[in-house]
Amino acid sequence: MTATLGQTSIVLAFLFAIWGVVSPILAYRGHSERYFAFTRIAILAQFVLVTLAAAALIYGLVTTDFSIRYVAFNTTRATPIYYRVTGLWGALEGSLLLWEWILIIFSGLVAWIYWDRQRETIPWVLMVFSIVSAFFLGVIAFISNPFETISPVPLDGRGLNPLLEDANMMTHPPLLYTGFVGLMVPYAFAIAALIRGKLDEAWIVATRRWTIIAWLFLTLGNLVGAWWSYHVLGWGGYWAWDPVENAAFMPWLPATAFLHSVQVQERRRMLKVWNLSLIIIAFSLTIFGTFLTRSGILSSIHAFSSGPVGGVFLVFLAVVLLGSFGLLAFRAELLKGQPEVDSMVSRESAFLLNNIVLVSALFTIFLGTIFPLLSEAIAGTQVSVGAPYFNSVTVPLFLLLVFLMGVGPMIAWRRASWDNLKRNFLWPSAGALIFAIALFFWKVRDFLPLLGFTLLAFVVLTIFYDTGLALRARRRIAGEGVFRGLVTLARRNQRRYGGLVVHLGVVLIVLGIAGSMAYSVEREATMSLKEHLNIGRYLVQFEGLKGSQQPTHFRVEGSFRVFHRGEEWGVLSPALKFFPNQQSPVGRAVHQSTIGEDLYLILSGFSELDKNQATLKVLVRPLVVWIWVGGFVIVLGTLLAILPLGKTPREEA
Amino acid sequence: MAWRRLIIALLVIAPILWLLAFGFTRDARYITSPLLAKEAAPFTLTLFDGGQLSQSDLRGKAVFLNFWASWCVPCRAEAKELEAAWQRLRDKNVVFVGVAIQDKEKDSRAFLEEFNITYANGWDESGKIAVDYGVWGIPESFFIDPQGRITYKHVGGIRAAMVTAKLEEASRGIVSAREGKEDYQPIR
Repeated sequence: MTATLGQTSIVLAFLFAIWGVVSPILAYRGHSERYFAFTRIAILAQFVLVTLAAAALIYGLVTTDFSIRYVAFNTTRATPIYYRVTGLWGALEGSLLLWEWILIIFSGLVAWIYWDRQRETIPWVLMVFSIVSAFFLGVIAFISNPFETISPVPLDGRGLNPLLEDANMMTHPPLLYTGFVGLMVPYAFAIAALIRGKLDEAWIVATRRWTIIAWLFLTLGNLVGAWWSYHVLGWGGYWAWDPVENAAFMPWLPATAFLHSVQVQERRRMLKVWNLSLIIIAFSLTIFGTFLTRSGILSSIHAFSSGPVGGVFLVFLAVVLLGSFGLLAFRAELLKGQPEVDSMVSRESAFLLNNIVLVSALFTIFLGTIFPLLSEAIAGTQVSVGAPYFNSVTVPLFLLLVFLMGVGPMIAWRRASWDNLKRNFLWPSAGALIFAIALFFWKVRDFLPLLGFTLLAFVVLTIFYDTGLALRARRRIAGEGVFRGLVTLARRNQRRYGGLVVHLGVVLIVLGIAGSMAYSVEREATMSLKEHLNIGRYLVQFEGLKGSQQPTHFRVEGSFRVFHRGEEWGVLSPALKFFPNQQSPVGRAVHQSTIGEDLYLILSGFSELDKNQATLKVLVRPLVVWIWVGGFVIVLGTLLAILPLGKTPREEA
Repeated sequence: MAWRRLIIALLVIAPILWLLAFGFTRDARYITSPLLAKEAAPFTLTLFDGGQLSQSDLRGKAVFLNFWASWCVPCRAEAKELEAAWQRLRDKNVVFVGVAIQDKEKDSRAFLEEFNITYANGWDESGKIAVDYGVWGIPESFFIDPQGRITYKHVGGIRAAMVTAKLEEASRGIVSAREGKEDYQPIR
């Protein structure tokens, strides 16, 4: 019953999607203007039907309806309700449905918000949504169907992959999908603009908020993924340059570039082709990411189920790339005649450089990710490149990006005068230099970390200095104090100050990454009862093992008493979880964070429960906590940029 | 003008798409073993009959080393062939060694009984031997020459004729240029 309901909804929605693609074409061919209105109805019908289908699958999961194959493979009777719901995206078929659901929610929002506005553009925008939606619905209905039934009905299900039984399961995949799908909004407006041949700034202005929201979700999706990896996977790291991680990260790069370069187009009407290309690339990369994770063409630590969908996604990727760039080439004549950059020392050139760096980073990461394929196609042997390649190539690029983050927002448009440079950068540069010298004499002697921390200080100082000057002006003009002045400034120019707060968040993230990359230490030792090991300022003493039966697994926990500079901190208990269907145990690492560093314990093995001997891996990772704080600051900054707080929405980037 | 741009776009996009499509024709997890012509890793194997077998005891003989598990279908398919080959070659200067991995002891014993296997067989409980030999799918077979060098590696089921031929090469110290590949089951 549930399966039939879901299946029927999907097929009907698929038909509506086809209708949504065809009707604007019919309208354009002069049949009737009324057909334009049908695009909305098509989207809203899909919204209702897909929501119904998703609800049906969730209902099936929660009530453990094992007659549905997907439910039988992804839940058991013992699965807590929380993980039954998250089972919706625990495997391929459900993930596709979730993706489609988010997609159609976004489309529905656009259809609703622009009900009376932009009557000429919106039918084409909605058509692009329907094309993408038709693809996903087709895959769900005919290739990778979550509502497939199973007979005979099993007594109990097989259960979720144990690694997915984690609280972050509720956040990471939906956040990432929302980010991916969010990029579809500016993409659809861009394609609509190309179709209509109206290539002014309208599509950029209309999608500004959508782009920022998509970017926020994309950023958070990646950060929460890193957090998950760090807290659950128990290897002490948060990023491994695995193909699947790269697939999630790659769209972020052109999306970030796009966020900056559209400001140049808004302000100076430059970079039109570039912006269109960026958003096409960003959207294509979201499809590419799914293709990569689901095709099994690259080996990854992320064991995603692959199936026949890989090929279909490749075909769709080809359609998106060739269709979009074909359209762009077709409209190229209309995009000619743009102003040139006036001076190399200007905000537009800083933004341009920022774009070049981001696209270079994208290119190197893309190359590294598909390198095993490339080497096998050309040389016949498979060679993969690992973290050292990615680190050594991207670190300089990202440092340059940090520097630009300090320069870009403060430098003048068109042509920066010597006065402008002196006014904005003299004191921050001097401050950063003093900071660098202090760091050097304190103990940071290695070149890259020293450069990194100095650049971060430079960015922070430029932001504070600029805000300080603006506050002084406020006091002179209106006699406002610091707090009042800040509120006025932020409300007068939300986008600028929101952006600066986001930059501060990025500074914190880079601080965390730089600190943990450059100064981590680790030790591993096998200890008997009451034995201890020393690492940095810590002493870790083994207090024993205990085993316990949990609903879905058997858990072995080690107790370790931790002393910091001789002072007792309490007991940390890393564990190993043994799932009946898994051959190797799943680790549960624990860590103690301070603002300076994390102490991270991993139980890597034990002999026998009664013998009380355990092998422990201990890591001290400096500054990691700032990565997560930075993420929080980015959320605040983004909200400041997009929430309607100001009375006068004067946009001044 | 538009056409020229279109062709440029196509020229950039097509190779990328081709490369990705090429990905489907290959196996991402397959890695050529670097062990060929290298010294075989030393191991000590606890045999199912209670004895011990050391790799160092095998010096001076051509060795056929086979990794298997009772649950693996291609292993069942090759079991009879291997025993037949052993019966034919046992008087020559060769040794057959079977190593059960990722298996329950009871199931392994039942497997040996079912196929009447008489050559030395042991149980790699910790999986250490399999790791040392970079076993990636089973069955997987190694041929080692009398000097203790690996001369050939075969992933997947192997036929008796191949075993005979490669043991002949191993006893003369001839190292194969490439490893062989048949039907196999990936191990976890």
